[in-house]
Amino acid sequence: MKSGAVSKALANGAIWGFIILQLIFFSVAGEYLSLSDKAFMDWENMLLLLKQSAPIGIIAMGMTLVMVNGNIDLSVGATFAIAAIVMLDSMTWPIFAGLGDGVIPIAWLLALTAGTVLGALNGLIVWKTGVDAFIVTLGSMLGYRGIVFMFNGENPTSHLNWTLVDFAEAEFLGLATASWFLLLVTFAIWFLMTKTVHGRNAYAIGDNREAAVNAGIRVGPHMMINFAIIGFLAALSAVVFYSESGSVNPNDGQLYELWVITAVVLGGTKITGGAGNVIGTFGGVIAIQLLRKGLGHIGADTSTVNLVIGLILIAVLFLDRQLNVKGKEELKV
Amino acid sequence: MTDVKPVLRLEDIVKTFPGVRALDGVSFSVLPGEVHALMGENGAGKSTLMKVLGGIYQPDGGAIFMGDQQVVMAGPLEAKAKGVMFIHQELSLAAELSVAENIYLGELPRKSFGRVDWAKLTEQTDAILKKLNVSFDAKTRVGDLSIANQQMVEIARALTVDAKAVIFDEPTASLTDAEKVVLFDVIADLKRDGVGIIYISHRMEEIFKITDRISVLRDGQYQGTVNTADSTEESITQMMIGRKLDLSRNASHHELGDVALEVRGLSCGKLYQDVNFEVRRGEVVGFYGLVGAGRTEIAETLFGLREPSEGQILLDGQEVRIHSPADAISRGISLVPEDRKGQGLVLGMNCRDNMTLPQVDDLKAGPFVAEGAEVAIFDQYRDRLDIRTPGWRAQAGNLSGGNQQKIVIGKWLSMHPNLLIVDEPTRGIDVGSKSEIHKLLRELAAQGYAVMVISSEMPEVLHVSDRIIAMYSGRVMRTFNSEEVTEDSLIKAISGLSDDKAA
Repeated sequence: MKSGAVSKALANGAIWGFIILQLIFFSVAGEYLSLSDKAFMDWENMLLLLKQSAPIGIIAMGMTLVMVNGNIDLSVGATFAIAAIVMLDSMTWPIFAGLGDGVIPIAWLLALTAGTVLGALNGLIVWKTGVDAFIVTLGSMLGYRGIVFMFNGENPTSHLNWTLVDFAEAEFLGLATASWFLLLVTFAIWFLMTKTVHGRNAYAIGDNREAAVNAGIRVGPHMMINFAIIGFLAALSAVVFYSESGSVNPNDGQLYELWVITAVVLGGTKITGGAGNVIGTFGGVIAIQLLRKGLGHIGADTSTVNLVIGLILIAVLFLDRQLNVKGKEELKV
Repeated sequence: MTDVKPVLRLEDIVKTFPGVRALDGVSFSVLPGEVHALMGENGAGKSTLMKVLGGIYQPDGGAIFMGDQQVVMAGPLEAKAKGVMFIHQELSLAAELSVAENIYLGELPRKSFGRVDWAKLTEQTDAILKKLNVSFDAKTRVGDLSIANQQMVEIARALTVDAKAVIFDEPTASLTDAEKVVLFDVIADLKRDGVGIIYISHRMEEIFKITDRISVLRDGQYQGTVNTADSTEESITQMMIGRKLDLSRNASHHELGDVALEVRGLSCGKLYQDVNFEVRRGEVVGFYGLVGAGRTEIAETLFGLREPSEGQILLDGQEVRIHSPADAISRGISLVPEDRKGQGLVLGMNCRDNMTLPQVDDLKAGPFVAEGAEVAIFDQYRDRLDIRTPGWRAQAGNLSGGNQQKIVIGKWLSMHPNLLIVDEPTRGIDVGSKSEIHKLLRELAAQGYAVMVISSEMPEVLHVSDRIIAMYSGRVMRTFNSEEVTEDSLIKAISGLSDDKAA
């Protein structure tokens, strides 16, 4: 085994080890602390967990791509809310009144297009102005959220279409619709990042932008495509989730960007870009959902959950750093 | 040779930036199978010229010819397509990607649906790596390679196309001697294949060893081309700086003071072992050796950046333990680091703030920084060290390398150190400023400072040192006095070879 291989394997596998550790902990602790008689590691419960992971998870796949590319997108939560409004509201528009359930694909298409356009707009601004993605999407996070409130003030936007609810609540081969979307998106982004030239160029740009430019890679268009993809995925996440719930509050999706980034970082993606993969991100998403569910299972409230996740995020990154330090001869910082 | 058509010919290239004429009518040509040195001080226009050649800048005047045809380099890809390849000084690689991906960066072979053709990629890469006779394969992560091997990846890139001209920009800056041999072999191979090579370097001995002709730039102007065989170091230097340079042996002698620093049996794991030496006030002790011999690591230990595993450090006869740079500074130890821009300066800060950075805490007036006192310190050391800046408000990043280095030295002198450690004092500094820094180091010794100089350039060590400590692979091989040292014995000592006359 080459030197460094152990630490690398640990770093790559750490998230799965962490998940197993959680499963054991919550199963054992649940025996003593839980109010319900049901075991934590129940098959039904695990399937539900996968379904509940979908909204954050679908966006996290796009965030992995954007972060590997050396950027970040803070506007995904607001884009999520806009896409939800577009979908629910468009179904009530008079011009579609005669279509019956035929309005569903149109509403979906409109919502997904809205997300893609908003994402591409972020990318275009980052490309053409050269302003850091953090700042650009911080701005668009506020701006897009403003649009949400302009639309319907503080009031929720609602429309229940029972065909849509049936579709969202359907199960296929034992997995819920949302779970299928999460798995498909994970596979698609995995394929994009590892198998395509666009994906490999995204890694190169995030790793050493100057080298990429020198090699003749057109950095701007690649970045814009990736922003468009994450916008699309934020909208897809909204479309899947609100097909079932049918009502969106103007504050929905807030802090989603932070949960998504937490999952991506837990999954081993470098915040500076150039390294990371969606399999790790998938682990990160599951780990967070497991933690929320598990702590709930043993009777902790939401505020405790947030505190614990925050601590774990820092602990994991510290551990990662320790694993990567080469030894005592290392230069002190 | 006159009937051979040049592979690359530049005619009257002009490039202006606002306020500067960076290139002012530069013309020269590279013949097939020729190694053509391009020399000039920093700022002479070499990099600008190379950027014009690489399609990164468009010239404001003049023309580029390849063979008989005039060409326009519209961008990096176009230069590559025309067979002009660059081996960059600052390695331009993506560390997280594989060797193969780096070599074919920007033009990965594709299959349907935009997929990467991995099989083809690996196969092509392995074929090239085989030619270079390297020890790594296509799938190795570039970040896991040594600097020398990363350079080989850059070179492999040049071999992916049918290169007509290859430009090496300071390729040996971070290579060991053994690695240089490999590089020179590769250059010889390219030469045999009729490729024209432009070789940019500050290192005279390399220039004379491998190049056929030398072209010199000064202040953006073309100074002429000479045959290497007909020139000497002096004549080239004179072309570069327009005057003569003094690089004789150090011959000055003055009274030495007491021992400022003594090191006994100092070791740091595998980095260096059982190092003993002393530095007296009023002397310059040079540390000479190859990259990785442990010289910088000793300096870092003395400055509190590394914990020694064994041994003692004595300052003025007192044993001390140095746990951190703050500790070292409070004991009067100063380090002018190797990487001036990365470790020595805050490039975005102005000159004054850089100079007073370590003592700004001592310069307070109540809770506020005493700006007047800071300016006074800056003025004093600007005059003493002859730092040329438009004023203290100038950003450190905008100064020339020589003046930057003087700011770093001034920063520590203003703290009145007991021991001044200077790591690679003139790395990346042009020839003219080099001799000023050398003179300064000699003067500091004459004024009674204890100075340690670490350098990889033999003329520099010979020029500034009273004593020279030769290191090899973490050990002190021999200590020379400036009278007894010969270049030959010094080279033997740092290569780990025994010397009959060894003391």
